[in-house]
Amino acid sequence: MLSLIVRRIANSVFTLVLISVVVFAGLELMPGDACTAYLGREGKGAALDACRARMGLDASPAIRFGQWASSIMSGDLGISTQRDKPITEIVGWRLRNTLVLSAVAALVGIPLAVFLGIFAGLRHDGPFDLAASGVALVAMTIPEFVSASLLIMVFAVGLEWTAGVVTIGYKASLPEMAAAAVLPALVLSMILSAHIMRMVRASVIDVFKSDFVLMARLKGVPRQQIIWRHVVPNSLLPVISVIGLTIAWMLGGVVIVESIFNYPGLGRLAVDVVGDRDLPLVQAIALLFGITYVITNMVTDIVALMLNPRLRTYRA
Amino acid sequence: MKSGFATLSAMLRQRSGAVGIVLVIVHLLIALLAPIIIPHDAVAQDAAAILEPPSFAHLFGTDRLGRDIFSRTLLGGREAIVISTLSTICAMVWGCLLGIILALAGGRLDACVMRVIDAMVAIPWILLVMLFVAALGSSTVALIPLLGFSYGLSVIYLARSAALDFVARDFVLAAQVRGESRWTIAVTELLPNIRDSLAVQGAMQWSWIFLAVSSLSFLGMGVAPPTPDWGQMISDARGIMRSAPWAVVWPMVFLSSLIIGVNLSVDAWAKVLSIGQLGRIPQP
Repeated sequence: MLSLIVRRIANSVFTLVLISVVVFAGLELMPGDACTAYLGREGKGAALDACRARMGLDASPAIRFGQWASSIMSGDLGISTQRDKPITEIVGWRLRNTLVLSAVAALVGIPLAVFLGIFAGLRHDGPFDLAASGVALVAMTIPEFVSASLLIMVFAVGLEWTAGVVTIGYKASLPEMAAAAVLPALVLSMILSAHIMRMVRASVIDVFKSDFVLMARLKGVPRQQIIWRHVVPNSLLPVISVIGLTIAWMLGGVVIVESIFNYPGLGRLAVDVVGDRDLPLVQAIALLFGITYVITNMVTDIVALMLNPRLRTYRA
Repeated sequence: MKSGFATLSAMLRQRSGAVGIVLVIVHLLIALLAPIIIPHDAVAQDAAAILEPPSFAHLFGTDRLGRDIFSRTLLGGREAIVISTLSTICAMVWGCLLGIILALAGGRLDACVMRVIDAMVAIPWILLVMLFVAALGSSTVALIPLLGFSYGLSVIYLARSAALDFVARDFVLAAQVRGESRWTIAVTELLPNIRDSLAVQGAMQWSWIFLAVSSLSFLGMGVAPPTPDWGQMISDARGIMRSAPWAVVWPMVFLSSLIIGVNLSVDAWAKVLSIGQLGRIPQP
């Protein structure tokens, strides 16, 4: 058990190293570098050489990767070319804000999805199931920017309950941030819970058909006990990894949702930064998203491993 | 394996499948016929008719530059449909080939390449595209290989695991004993067996890529103006939702109905071919 967890963690560390290589190589492969992006049309001749020398871009890619990687290890993400500030300073607050947004969305969306999924699955093809599955299909298929615009239309323009865009700065306090995150989190949790609900529903229907449930029914176990003791725990096991994947998906969705609501997080920063051609900052943001993805997947895998003994037995 | 016609009629017998197919066909017809049926020039600006509500002259009203929203909405899916179709073909070709070859090769090669793919999947596609847009500037032609590449990554997983189900079967072993090359085995022995599930996955990929293109257009990095596009129209008209809701509603209705239609059709298709688990979660 412990060795499995250790192996899983080692695995993730290795993936993280590969991610940093991929992010670095991705920028290397592209025409131009941080200096041509920074200088724009003046980027030729002596000015370009001077800039490259100042930023250390004249060294070979392998050496620069080594420097970049070692500075990341010590917690330094480099310096933004356009903003002339350390990237850690720019990114830190915004990463916190994105995590607050994702956390609110997950805390609302996951329990909701699990309950709806269980009830839809227990009475599948009934009126509740048809309604819930229909809504889920629509919620998970239409793009984030359409559902976000619809929610703004209803809650901000129609009912005037909240503002349509977030107006507080990125250094606002945690409760303020969580309050501002309600509408964007609603968009994310709508999509998140639609995916998870469909999965829970399918899994409940599946487990209900299995032999051990038939056995319990033949023994005369009361229906409520069958449901809550046998069906629900077993049907939630395969859902754990799906929850991990959906949260990882949400990190991509965050980019669009944040820029719609003007929410001061990492995703909106990414969109802003692309316009400025601030390559070191883009690199840092891509790396942070990659790290968050790997950690999320690792945690859900370990949770699944602890809750589901069957995963511990056969493994190459 | 069923014939195309039998599959289609089985899909039409399911209520949701019929709705989906009708939606998709209507959208295809609109996309094909739009240049003939639009009443106004979609890019012509009319300073005398800015933000007019729907009327007989302008069925869906006009936008903030006085352009006819009906004409723009009918044309608005065309470019995104073409980009997504070409990107899906790229994604399926490279994803399927690499996935099948890796399943056949197995061993160390398979393990190494899959680890690199794991790392690449961890970076959200939208940042991948942004990285390139930052370097190259936005261009719709560049989007096709970019989206094809990043969505192909998830196809590799699907094709590989589908092919792994067959790699250990006797007929593959027989082909190996006959001395056939890896390439021939992949194309003549494995591909026909996993064709159905890959086709359904391809349709699913199409809808995700279409969403990606629309989202990019929404962010100003996809279909470039003045070519009308739903994502870009929604982003244009979002700020004036209160005073001119018609400008934002119609592109939303068209975009959503196409995506819902495709998803309903894919669900019905998977049910008819009895493909159980669809990889439903789009890669980030």
